[in-house]
Amino acid sequence: MAKKKLKEHFINRDWCKGCGICVSFCPKQVLELDRHDKVVAPRPQACICCHLCEIRCPDLAIEIIVETEEKEEDHGE
Amino acid sequence: MGNNIRFVQGNEACVEGAIYAGLEFYAGYPITPSTEIAEVLSKRLPEKGGKFIQMEDEIASMCAIIGASLTGKKVMTATSGPGFSLKQEAIGYACMTEIPCVIANVQRGGPSTGNPTHVSQGDINQARWGTHGDHAIIALTASNHQDVFALTVDAFNMAETYRTPVVLLFDEAIGHMREKLVIPEEGALDIVDRLRTSLGKGVDYHPYLPREDGRLPMSDFGGEHRYNVTGLFHDMWGFPSNNPKTVSELLRHLVDKIENNVQSITRYKEHFLDDAEYIFISYGSAARSAIHLAKERRAKGEKIGILELQSIWPFPTELVREKCVNAKAVLVVEMNMGQVMAQVKAAVKKPNRVFLANRIDGKLVTPADIKKLLRVIQGRGV
Amino acid sequence: MAVKDYLRERYFPHMWCPGCGHGTILNSLIRAVEELGLDKNEIVMTSGIGCSARISGYVDFHSLHTMHGRALACATGVKLSKPELTVLVPMGDGDALAIGGNHFIHAARRNIDMTAIVMNNRIYGMTGGQFSPLSGPGVKATTAPYLTIDSNFDVVELAAAAGATFVARSTAYHAKEATGYLKKAILHKGFSVVEILSQCPTHYGRKNKEGDAVSMLDFQKTNTAALGSKALEKNPSLTPRGIFVEKDRPEYCAEYDKIIDYAMKETR
Repeated sequence: MAKKKLKEHFINRDWCKGCGICVSFCPKQVLELDRHDKVVAPRPQACICCHLCEIRCPDLAIEIIVETEEKEEDHGE
Repeated sequence: MGNNIRFVQGNEACVEGAIYAGLEFYAGYPITPSTEIAEVLSKRLPEKGGKFIQMEDEIASMCAIIGASLTGKKVMTATSGPGFSLKQEAIGYACMTEIPCVIANVQRGGPSTGNPTHVSQGDINQARWGTHGDHAIIALTASNHQDVFALTVDAFNMAETYRTPVVLLFDEAIGHMREKLVIPEEGALDIVDRLRTSLGKGVDYHPYLPREDGRLPMSDFGGEHRYNVTGLFHDMWGFPSNNPKTVSELLRHLVDKIENNVQSITRYKEHFLDDAEYIFISYGSAARSAIHLAKERRAKGEKIGILELQSIWPFPTELVREKCVNAKAVLVVEMNMGQVMAQVKAAVKKPNRVFLANRIDGKLVTPADIKKLLRVIQGRGV
Repeated sequence: MAVKDYLRERYFPHMWCPGCGHGTILNSLIRAVEELGLDKNEIVMTSGIGCSARISGYVDFHSLHTMHGRALACATGVKLSKPELTVLVPMGDGDALAIGGNHFIHAARRNIDMTAIVMNNRIYGMTGGQFSPLSGPGVKATTAPYLTIDSNFDVVELAAAAGATFVARSTAYHAKEATGYLKKAILHKGFSVVEILSQCPTHYGRKNKEGDAVSMLDFQKTNTAALGSKALEKNPSLTPRGIFVEKDRPEYCAEYDKIIDYAMKETR
């Protein structure tokens, strides 16, 4: 099973309340709160697509979009 | 033809009326003098594929019928004074959320534990204002078992028509005494079915947006339309809102839909009113004594008339004013300290000519009790 | 179906405070529903009053936001009347175990098929931070300025004793685990109780110096341990997480259907 590759962090800034849960519990310190206290992802290359931020977010404001399986096989060839 | 004649308690007449009207779900808790309603339904409902549950308390019973009504069923619960007090919050919830349901209160002596096995009519004002906040309510009553049956059917019909809880204010004497009941043929009495939305799948359904004719089509839980039901003030989708315009419009709607229809809701019977000099106004088991005395006196040529109320709320103010306009005096006959008398006084042109013939000791008010007061009013001394 | 399809997006952002555990519980719950592939039209969510109870407004199911403590009583009416529906009953501390306590034990006693989700944040949040029957002693709250003396219920033990046939406990921190227990609870045919420890940073956290949402989630991690784990063995005072009861017993609606069959046969 190929490792999941991140496509993007989809962040809903209207819903995000800046609680910092996703930032603190990210195993790879991918996320940060910007000066408006909304989450941003300054280090997307470090993301391992564990989805913990998405699963724990109380505001359902962050979604990890992964690359599809076909694309991964293309890369593998 | 003969097997639809029964000799039953008033409680059982209420059950028969409910079943005739299409009752499919009952939740209740035993309380004298209403328990027989639960007992009979615990047998009759499953025999017809309906559901009966004895809940853990009065409040749970009222809540359970609210839940069941939302799945599309006609529902009822029954109780007496102390249980009626417990149910008030949930009754208010049903008013706010416009959920059809019927609550039978077989009144007994109160307040508090009071006089469980004796009659009174003490819950009149509580039926109107027991739950908090401005709201409207429909409360019906009857003085004989044939009318208990008919008014119970009416209660279910009004609950569906106006999307409201309806209270049946019976009393212990009616509830427990046995009398003949003729169960009408199917189709003899009108039945109002649940009005359901005709909107199809995928079309936005608004549970709280009245149609042009003022009616609010419902949609069953489990059906195509998902919406929110809440006791908070809410928008037309049922989502909470405290927006001032939304709040005032909803509150006015809840009250107006019943108060503006008092004429359609009013139920009464009258005897000898056309030229009556003295009018008895009564209801429930007290009316039996009033009717008896009125008939006796009429036979002797006295101009006594009787207005028997079968709907107490919304109070038929206009009707009472109209019927009593030429009377020398009005005697309200009831078993409480003048709860309906107060409404009559506010309705008539000459409130100082309204008198109370009452009994509050747990015994049925008798023709003799009324006679005593009538003598005084007629100036014939005590 | 994407997870967001189970939400009433028009009402977001929701009313819960930043970092409120109830938001995470909503998240865990809709993932459970999505993973089970349930039809939205077959789900009824009944709730009471409080921050927890507001969850019913945000989900795209048939939702019934009732009175304080009465969620299970209303749910009983819904379920008995239409047993084919999946009935979910999220409740807060008071809804489930204070004013709603009586309905809680009776629903469990009946083993009626529904899923009670106790969103335990050890406080009454909506009304400003009063203590609850789940707070425990030594807690500061607006109605306990000198700290509480009340002991708390153990929700798992109470549910089990009352007759619930599926009882589990997890936390908002253990969101994935919570989703797993919720799935099992929903599939279980009988009265299921899932207690999910939640954080109220605004009232409980502030008054009891537990810090912000992040540190409260950390407490959920360090103060609990999985059933059967070495950590729990080493330190039995940790709150156990896991499935505590999973058994079968006659379910209420199914038993009543038998009554109907019998009654209808007898009177044919």
